[in-house]
Amino acid sequence: MIDTLREAPSATTVRTRRRRATRPTGWLFILPFLIVFAAFLLAPLIYAGYLSLWTKGLATGTTFAGFDNYTRAFGDPSFRKGLWFVLKFSLVVIPLQIVVALVAALVLDEVTGRLARFSRLVIFLPYAVPVVLGALMWGFLYSASFGPVEQIATAFDVRAPFLLSQGNIFYGLLNVVTWQWSGYYMIIIYAALRSIDSSIYEAARIDGASGRQIAFRIKVPMVSSALVLILIFSLIGTLQFFTEPQILGPIANGSVTPDFTPNIYAFNLAFRYAQFNYASAISFSLGFVVFLAVAIFMVATRKRGSIFT
Amino acid sequence: MRRIPVALLATFTLALGLSACGSDDDGGGSGGTAAKPTNCTNKIVKEDAPRVLVWAWYPNMAKVVDNFNNQHTDVQVCWTNAGQGQPEYEKFQTAISAKKGAPDVIMLEADQLVGFEIQDALVDLAPFGANDVKKNFSEGAWKDVSQGEAVYAIPVDGGPMALIYRTDVFKKYGITSPPKTWDEYAQQAAKVKAAGGPVFGDFGSNVPAVTTALMIQKGAVPFVYDLADKQNITVKLDDQATKDVLTYWGELVKKGLVGKEDQFTTDYIAGMVGGKYATYVSAAWAPGYLTGSGVGAGKDKGKFAVAPLPQWDPASPVSVNWGGSAFAVTSQAADKALAAKVAMGIYADEASLEDGWKTQTIFPLNQGVLKSDEFVNAKVDFFGGQTANKDVYIPAENAYKGAVYSPFTVYYYAQLQAQIVKINAGKTTGEQAAVDLQKQITEYARSQGFTVR
Repeated sequence: MIDTLREAPSATTVRTRRRRATRPTGWLFILPFLIVFAAFLLAPLIYAGYLSLWTKGLATGTTFAGFDNYTRAFGDPSFRKGLWFVLKFSLVVIPLQIVVALVAALVLDEVTGRLARFSRLVIFLPYAVPVVLGALMWGFLYSASFGPVEQIATAFDVRAPFLLSQGNIFYGLLNVVTWQWSGYYMIIIYAALRSIDSSIYEAARIDGASGRQIAFRIKVPMVSSALVLILIFSLIGTLQFFTEPQILGPIANGSVTPDFTPNIYAFNLAFRYAQFNYASAISFSLGFVVFLAVAIFMVATRKRGSIFT
Repeated sequence: MRRIPVALLATFTLALGLSACGSDDDGGGSGGTAAKPTNCTNKIVKEDAPRVLVWAWYPNMAKVVDNFNNQHTDVQVCWTNAGQGQPEYEKFQTAISAKKGAPDVIMLEADQLVGFEIQDALVDLAPFGANDVKKNFSEGAWKDVSQGEAVYAIPVDGGPMALIYRTDVFKKYGITSPPKTWDEYAQQAAKVKAAGGPVFGDFGSNVPAVTTALMIQKGAVPFVYDLADKQNITVKLDDQATKDVLTYWGELVKKGLVGKEDQFTTDYIAGMVGGKYATYVSAAWAPGYLTGSGVGAGKDKGKFAVAPLPQWDPASPVSVNWGGSAFAVTSQAADKALAAKVAMGIYADEASLEDGWKTQTIFPLNQGVLKSDEFVNAKVDFFGGQTANKDVYIPAENAYKGAVYSPFTVYYYAQLQAQIVKINAGKTTGEQAAVDLQKQITEYARSQGFTVR
């Protein structure tokens, strides 16, 4: 009896090991994903990487450039300016979004009833609006001649600020992005809050903790992994900022320059100036910066995570 | 904020769209056997005739295509509007780089031709009988579409520039006659502003072609380029004329005498309708586009008039041009002879031309129309019955000497636009903008392999 018990597991492990090694059935299951992954992600990436090693001049034709495009990219004032913009933008927009999302989630976690459910839906709603439509809508709201901002200002007999002018576009976009994404982040935090065992709150209350103490000493630390997740989502997204400025560009009186963000710059290089090679190099350089930023951030938050737990 | 997927998706759909449009490319052989483009905006009259895919954005293009298809049994036009100007060029450029997806025949503005010619994207139409229609056009118009003996497009319309103005605003602020010189223009602008009136005009950053035309009017020659001497180009953007023109408009903006809004936007059109701008420096085709957007209708009807473009030196007036298009055959066309036939025949029939000029969506370059009594003496509704052709546009067209464009017009316009934005924000002066522009464009030209002289 003991012998069979001892032997049985080892026999199965041998069998499974053999099965793993010989049978290709597993591959069949992931094949649909692999095909799509290879066709629409790997192949374009490899092709873009290949393109970025060449250079094409109108008068010279295509020549091999090696890594020249990359050295050129990091020295390119347009690319640097765009990078600086998205970095600045990240520094402001990410904390803002997280504060808005966190406060909304904490409040909604406390209150119950129909109003809470309704508020949750309303806060989440902007995320359900496609980014392009959201941007178009804000374009109308910001309009200097028939938008509500202008109408309210006219009622008070003052000149409304044009929120897409060169000086204001940073704030104009900040508003659009925060509006669009805070609700989504709120839902992530809210879900994390719901999964906390309520007996912990009970214990805290017995120990005499106030509502605020529960929120900041218990709830926030316990959803810190959700916060880190949001930060990474938000960081990657903001560094690749594209859609909102691209859509609002045509009505921004030139505030959105062709090199406004690195992604817009790459897009214009490729599809306006036909410099697909250099555009590929810019895209890869941006990818490298994003990778670097996320890596730095992960290392930094890992340390802080250890303080929390 | 997952933006890359959105961008990728956009690119992907674009590529899909392009490959769908160009489905006849790999068919090879002559028209009959090639796969037919099927996603036409228009109705095909002769189902079994070979089809030629055309990209164009004329507002009355639907009528023009129908006219062509009704008159032809051997070929049918399949028309798509791939965007007005810039967006269309971007799609065409992408198709050239991808080596597939271009239409057979494409509408291009004169300032874009050389940029595509240098990439061997257009077909020389001379071997296909282009010189047979040469007699229909003035020498200048023909020069704009040819390089030596080679003919790269068949002209349709031109864009002689003039000063459109609002008679109600002029009357209200006591301006009896439209400005004849740019000095007068500035004085009248100041007068209207002092009396609490609207801005006089607009220095929009998104119409760099207008600013370039105004620079040329002052005597600037931004580019000297000849396709026969492919590697060499002369760039002169920091000359006094360019500096003067940029400074002139920069000053008007600074004093708040003209607006700094981008043109063709909903806001701008709303401003035009509401009389926010007293004048509009624009081309002969503008009224058609404005009418299409609802300008000059209702209570604004007949409030617009047109005068010759103000001059720097009235003793020796200079006429300039904005826009105006031609039809070219792309080198991706499956059946080039058939495509050439379409390029020469479309928008060349009497009915189409008449519809075009009567709705003022084109200023025709066809001599038969230009010289016809009906056209010369036409009383234009948009201008309250003014004989605008005879008084303003025909003399302007006749005095137009043509211009030379660079093979990287798209890039040049983008940089000029960026400089205008800076001027409008008070971040640079006209003089500095010209110097910076010269530096940027020469650097770009060198990076593209040109020798800059």
